[in-house]
Amino acid sequence: MSASTGTLDRRAAVNALLADRGDLLVISGLGSSSYDVFDAGEHPGNFYLWGAMGGAAMVGLGLALAQPKRPVLVVTGDGEQLMGIGSLLTIATKQPGNLSIAVLDNGHFGETGMQLSHSGLGAKLEVIASGAGIGHVSDIADMAGIDRFRKSLRDLAGGPRLARIRIAAGEVERALPPRDGTYLKNRFRGHLGFQVR
Amino acid sequence: MDQIAVHQDSATSTDWPVAIYRTLKNFGVAQVSYVPDAGHSKLIKLSHADADIKTTVLTTEEEGVALSAGAWLGGDRAVLLMQSSGVGNCINMLSLMASCRFPLLTLVTMRGEWAEFNPWQIPMGRATPQAFEIMGTTVLRLDHPDDAEEVISAAASLAFDGDQQVAVLISQRMIGRKKWTKETH
Repeated sequence: MSASTGTLDRRAAVNALLADRGDLLVISGLGSSSYDVFDAGEHPGNFYLWGAMGGAAMVGLGLALAQPKRPVLVVTGDGEQLMGIGSLLTIATKQPGNLSIAVLDNGHFGETGMQLSHSGLGAKLEVIASGAGIGHVSDIADMAGIDRFRKSLRDLAGGPRLARIRIAAGEVERALPPRDGTYLKNRFRGHLGFQVR
Repeated sequence: MDQIAVHQDSATSTDWPVAIYRTLKNFGVAQVSYVPDAGHSKLIKLSHADADIKTTVLTTEEEGVALSAGAWLGGDRAVLLMQSSGVGNCINMLSLMASCRFPLLTLVTMRGEWAEFNPWQIPMGRATPQAFEIMGTTVLRLDHPDDAEEVISAAASLAFDGDQQVAVLISQRMIGRKKWTKETH
């Protein structure tokens, strides 16, 4: 079985995705996705998961429903999304126009020794998302596609959307965001104007 | 089924789901998520009918734990409805709530305890309080319909003001015997 054919550099892709982010709120899935989002620029509107595998998209949904006037982007990996694959069906039932999911797909479980994932073994996340009822799906293999996806995030009536972003497999130097969850939570809520009690 | 049991069933079909709904409204709950359960069906209907509550059906219970975290990040109070069979599914996701001290309020209808007909429901029902407690979730019991407002109110304060994870276990006795067949037995 062949591995993923992605060539995009994950850091360059996430950097481009978060350029000129404006009022974008970002949830990142555990592992490399959190490192990528942190490396693109620390921001109080980032909430980095360090665990809760499979939960990133659902954290994004709860946030998107609570903040319908803000664009919400979930940045996660193929392995993380696969563990919470049912959440794509749940998101589709709500049709949150402001929610987007970027799956950084290298076809592997990168954090645990680069074992092939279901995606690397042939599953197509964008097809699964489409079948779940997510209307706008894309399969991105170049930086032009990243740029188009980034611009689409501003359209709060255009979601939910999911982009499978084909990144190269391979180790990248870790960039570690803060991992105190209570701090990250309070910082995020403070950014939205909620008083920390 | 004898007359005493029939009387028992009618006595438990009071309006406690309405009392729960009103209490959640008083606490400003804006999101409800659920994996369906017959015992929660009235509350689920009330929630769907309320334009001020965003109601989400889940494929599995741990989705609702993560949803509650996201809702809180965005300023919404959320409640998760499930039956006891789903509690084990939530175990790892409860670490999200503990690590970040996110409020969690979950209302769990019990199976596997009072007059349970299905032996397959019993192991998870029996393990439900411990499954929550090993993850640091506070467990409260709601055993009598008349206590609904008081217990849910206490749980909501503990969760939303005290930043705790709280599960209210709703006694199977309150929900009544499940009717498996039309004939009595």
